[in-house]
Amino acid sequence: MTVPSALTKQNPVLDIRKLSVRLGDNDILKSINVQIQPGEFIGLIGANGAGKSTLLKVILGLVPVTGGSVAVLGKPARRGNRLIGYVPQKIHLDRDIPLRGRDLAALGFDGHRFGIPLPSREKRRRVDEMLVAVDAAGYADAPVGKLSGGEQQRLLIAQALLTVPRLLLLDEPLSNLDIGSAYEVVGLVSRLARDRGMTVILVAHDMNPLLPVVDRVLYLADGNAAIGQVDDIFRNDVLSGLYGYAVEVLRVNGRILVVGGRDSGDCGHLLSAETHCCGGIA
Amino acid sequence: MSHLAGLLFARGFFQNREVMDALLLGGIVAAISGVTGIFVVIRSQSFACHAISDMGGAGAAGAFLAGINTFWGFLTIGVLAAIGVEFLGDRARERDLATGIILAVALGVEALFLYFAAHFTGKVGAPMLILFGSIFVIDPSTVTVVTALSIATAVVLGLIYRPLLLCSIDPELAGTRGVPVRIISLVFIILLAVVVEEGSLIIGALLSTALLIGPAAAAVRLTHKMGWAMLWSVVLGMMATWMGIVLAYDSFGWPPGGRGWPVSFFICVVILLFYLLARLRFKLPRLAFTLAGRAVQDA
Amino acid sequence: MLNSGLFTAPFMIHAWISASLVAVLCAFTGFFVVLRGSAFAAHALPKAGFAGAAGAVFLAINPLYGLVAFAVGGALSIGVLGKSERHDVATALILVAALGTGNLFLSLTNKYATGAYAMLFGQIVGVSAQQVWDTVVLGFVCLLAIALLYRPLLLASVSQEVAESRGIPVRSLEMGFMVVVGLVAAVTVPVVGALLCFSLLIGPTAASSYLTCHPSKAIALALLFSLITVWASLILAFFSGWPIGFFVAIIAGLFYACSRAVGFRHSGANRLVKR
Repeated sequence: MTVPSALTKQNPVLDIRKLSVRLGDNDILKSINVQIQPGEFIGLIGANGAGKSTLLKVILGLVPVTGGSVAVLGKPARRGNRLIGYVPQKIHLDRDIPLRGRDLAALGFDGHRFGIPLPSREKRRRVDEMLVAVDAAGYADAPVGKLSGGEQQRLLIAQALLTVPRLLLLDEPLSNLDIGSAYEVVGLVSRLARDRGMTVILVAHDMNPLLPVVDRVLYLADGNAAIGQVDDIFRNDVLSGLYGYAVEVLRVNGRILVVGGRDSGDCGHLLSAETHCCGGIA
Repeated sequence: MSHLAGLLFARGFFQNREVMDALLLGGIVAAISGVTGIFVVIRSQSFACHAISDMGGAGAAGAFLAGINTFWGFLTIGVLAAIGVEFLGDRARERDLATGIILAVALGVEALFLYFAAHFTGKVGAPMLILFGSIFVIDPSTVTVVTALSIATAVVLGLIYRPLLLCSIDPELAGTRGVPVRIISLVFIILLAVVVEEGSLIIGALLSTALLIGPAAAAVRLTHKMGWAMLWSVVLGMMATWMGIVLAYDSFGWPPGGRGWPVSFFICVVILLFYLLARLRFKLPRLAFTLAGRAVQDA
Repeated sequence: MLNSGLFTAPFMIHAWISASLVAVLCAFTGFFVVLRGSAFAAHALPKAGFAGAAGAVFLAINPLYGLVAFAVGGALSIGVLGKSERHDVATALILVAALGTGNLFLSLTNKYATGAYAMLFGQIVGVSAQQVWDTVVLGFVCLLAIALLYRPLLLASVSQEVAESRGIPVRSLEMGFMVVVGLVAAVTVPVVGALLCFSLLIGPTAASSYLTCHPSKAIALALLFSLITVWASLILAFFSGWPIGFFVAIIAGLFYACSRAVGFRHSGANRLVKR
């Protein structure tokens, strides 16, 4: 499925202008500007509390905007936009809940409609297809509660893809995975997105597993944002500007490390999953 | 001053032996409940608390049938139930379900015991006392036992205070610091059972949760500091219990039956009032302000 | 046995109809109660309903109105309080509020002692023709509601975030479900008793969840367990005169224990399904 050529530079999938979001007494997002084109794979990076989840919720229409505008596929952000697929970080289900892998995935097909799920050949076919595509066919009939975090995540991805979205949002899918699985999931999502012409925003706090597939990076720090190519964003001056204090970007063996500290001489705090105290760098 | 006292306290209040015992017993139980309740709230064990009190009720029904002082029934089954709940598993939902099923079985047995009690001994009032408390008809010897148990509980709680606090807030961290989390949890739930059953004695198996959870829930809304929360919890609990006793005594002669309204009802009402006030704590001044403003505008 | 009136006495016919309907209702509702882990609420709402029934008797009106008012009111109150309070604390407080007032009503009406006992523990003689009709009507309303809410509620129970992203009004949905649980409680209490309504709501589903992971099969099994529990309890209560709640609790408990034991032995087989 290829994207029609009319939908290129003129119609961004996501058009955010001067977006500000204030929750309570905190300015979570401060006047950010972002345009994302169809088919792009965007890594949304930032430390905890930087505003990544809030930005996702704004795109989903779940959090009110204090200032500026957010347009998704040409229309203002609203709740229940069927063209956006969402993969949450985790689900919490008891071990013995009577729900199989395929039932979890099937929720993507018709979970939002009222009434009882009636079995249909079309639904079964689509779900089976999707389970094969995400490599989850092996545990389709196993109880969801007994699956590992990674396995549940594949089902959640299948669930999101069954809604046939144009924009796919993944909220920190890599946080609980080991490095090997993280690269696998990223590769899978990238492949699926390319096959379907989807735009992807994947939230993470470590950039490294995304380096092979990402088109641009959207870096959030302290409510400020910068978007661009990896090499244009991961620079001392750019990140220091975002954070508001001195930050250093180091490249070690092809991996990126971001290190920083609030006061000179103070031990740096964790800025991304790969950071360490400024005194010692792994 | 004595006029005011005459208004608040019905005639004969201070001369009544049962009332004085009730005040003493109620005060002690309220105090220890206040302290324990804070931990129940932060450990999210309200259901376990309620289950223990219900199962204790089954024990009391059994004791009643056997002709023993119901307090021992409350206590033994309560403690056994507590230990059982603790070993039911670590996963919260599965434990809740299992707790519920076992609770249901215990209540089923209680149903049977109370049925036998009503049928074979003809004492129909016994179920009501067990379920709703008997603070005015307590054996003096029970008062001594309860006081002793309360003091013992307070002492043990004092001893395990710090490790218990750590376990309750962050069990993983506690484990890495060498705190024996399972043992502390077990000790706590046994203490909880003792306190719950003391509460069951004065306010009934169905309502002793009120004395444990209510004042604590209110206190937690008033302050974030543990020490102050415990103090508030104890104060609110004792005030509620005493006010409940006073009101129950005063209600003697009220319609419709003239036998007075039940003390556990009053205690519950006061506790809930305190909770609602604590909840509205920030909204009340603002509400008063807007109402006053509107009154000034209309004037 | 067939001559003893087990199937022919009018009060028994009422009992059979009400009990069967209640069993079906609890099996379907129980699926979601277990899925959402609302064990405490399932325990608290019937008790709150009981307090309402006591109030209704005090005011000399149909106890069912009191049951519904307090059970549904309790459900809504837990929802409201639960917005800014821990869920278990909110449930405990509402439970206590209801029981406290129930205590008052009970002590003010001397005539209610045996009636109260019946409401707490279940007595088959307590069901009148009017009550059966009320049960049937309310029961069907609840079943319809559950059928209607099935899919979005399932999605919301699995992941609140995904449900919100699909535009499902999760808060309202959850409140709606609690109201249905309240109604189911109100309908079940006269048959099984307030203290043991919970057994029927949770037991059969919890038992079936240890035996299968297929949702439709789990509901079907729960239905089977539920009906057997209720029917066996009716028969045993009829012949022994003992409270029906006792039998419901014991039989439901047995189903749960056996299923859990069987499930434990077969947990190895489940692993094989995966690869």
